[in-house]
Amino acid sequence: MTLTKTDVLAWLRNIATVLAENKTYLTELDAAIGDADHGINMDRGFQRVMSQLPTVEDKDIGTILKTTGMALLSSVGGAGGPLYGTFFMRMGMAVAGKEELSPEDVHTMLAAGLDGVMQRGKAEVGDKTMVDTLAPAIRTLGNALTAGHHFDDALDRMVAAAEEGMKSTIPLVARKGRASYLGDRSAGHQDPGATSSYLILAALRDTLKADE
Amino acid sequence: MKKLINKVENVVRESLEGMALAHSDLIRVHFDPTFVYRANAPVANKVAVISGGGSGHEPMHGGFVGVGMLDAACPGEVFTSPTPDQMLEAARTVNSGAGVLYIVKNYTGDVMNFEMAAELAASEGIPVQNILIDDDVAVKDSLYTAGRRGVGTTVLAEKIVGAAAEEGRDLKALADLCRRVNINGRSMGMALTSCTVPAKGSPTFELGDDEMEIGIGIHGEPGRERMPLKSADEITEMLALAIIEDEAYTRTVREFDMEKGTWIEVELTDPPFQPGDNVLAFVNSMGGTPVSELYIVYRKLHEICEKKGLRIVRNLVGAYITSLEMQGVSITLLRMDDEMIRLWDAPVNTPALRWGAGSTAALSQPLA
Repeated sequence: MTLTKTDVLAWLRNIATVLAENKTYLTELDAAIGDADHGINMDRGFQRVMSQLPTVEDKDIGTILKTTGMALLSSVGGAGGPLYGTFFMRMGMAVAGKEELSPEDVHTMLAAGLDGVMQRGKAEVGDKTMVDTLAPAIRTLGNALTAGHHFDDALDRMVAAAEEGMKSTIPLVARKGRASYLGDRSAGHQDPGATSSYLILAALRDTLKADE
Repeated sequence: MKKLINKVENVVRESLEGMALAHSDLIRVHFDPTFVYRANAPVANKVAVISGGGSGHEPMHGGFVGVGMLDAACPGEVFTSPTPDQMLEAARTVNSGAGVLYIVKNYTGDVMNFEMAAELAASEGIPVQNILIDDDVAVKDSLYTAGRRGVGTTVLAEKIVGAAAEEGRDLKALADLCRRVNINGRSMGMALTSCTVPAKGSPTFELGDDEMEIGIGIHGEPGRERMPLKSADEITEMLALAIIEDEAYTRTVREFDMEKGTWIEVELTDPPFQPGDNVLAFVNSMGGTPVSELYIVYRKLHEICEKKGLRIVRNLVGAYITSLEMQGVSITLLRMDDEMIRLWDAPVNTPALRWGAGSTAALSQPLA
């Protein structure tokens, strides 16, 4: 089983749909501990991605993902812009020139994206950020593939770990980003960035499920 | 939501379009990507001073573009950092060859976007430096947070550094001066009401009729504590003492090393205020508080400064760094040395700050 270019394009469209559906939800999460714009920004960003996809649809997966990253960088703003922009650009660089991806390629790609996010944002697991979703999820995907699990199953495990990571942010006290100014008051709220990261990984799994 | 707007998605653009029409002698506005720039840019041999940040803090930053202050400003969506493509295109437009100083308020989004912009500008051969403003004493520690936020000192730094740039100071000297202004400035704000972000349509936070939030940020971020409403004198005392009695504040910031082309960590310490210090006292409206109330605050601030042995040598009272229609006030005290006083007094002609510049007609001549 592989991730084809058609799958990648479908994944990006799914992300756009899911983020549009969750625009208010993400913004409300952000209002509780941030500045009430995460859903609005992510939706605007993926609308920009959708408007630029037609220009690169016939290019390789790397180019498609790099273009996605640049579109996010120039349209999302806030911290989400550089972080998600870097995430997709690094993923694109990791799979430059490819027309389809093996399960291992998918893991390498996601891990490269995560590396970029951690360098740019200087956040670690436990800081109450998107890293709390991405890091355990991508590690779980890698472990499942190494253990010989089928790609489908490995993706399910990745999404389960992503969900757990997302929920793990609820009791945490934020140490990065605007929520960190709340101190202890940030505890008890789910991190909006960790939530959008979950939606993006879940969209990848759902895209492949729909494909079967 | 009750606002004087047409369509929510056009708020930033239509406001900038109006500003460009109102101040065509001083500024131009470029769209896609969006930035405000000085009408006669680039100015030969002059380092360009650029700032930017989310919209909703008007007149900052676009209102400070003009002679003796900023060369360009990059407005983001309301309360959202602008993006690197805006900052890069602004730098390309106003760079005379002498380089670009980005003045960046310390918010996670602003810092990351300006860092990416600096990397892009440097890769094109534009000499560039980013200096952070982090002056909000409401944030006590930098270890477990993103550090002190950039608030009132930003306005003062843009004026002082802008004047020095106008005199022909080089990029390194301006970066040093900007850092010096930052470590000598401290601010704290409070809110009586929330603000409403147009795209959200409802208040960012709920505050009871008899409550206030002390230590609020300029995007409605919660502050140090919520408490029962007090008198203007008591509020002024709380803010002023938090600033004046703040101890030395040390943190590590990232600055761009142009020679190596990499980011380096720089440790900075804000020295505490001492009796005998000369200060600039800045009383700022969060947007919805009238000037009459600002003077009630200034009256008490003046008394406290005298009692603490601080000499107010300059002041600024008005709405300069706002939070949409929020009611509230922020106080900034900036320790001034003689050079900073001289640069503060230097002529400035921008949409929102203007003195010593002679008549508009005379000044607009060379711009034509």
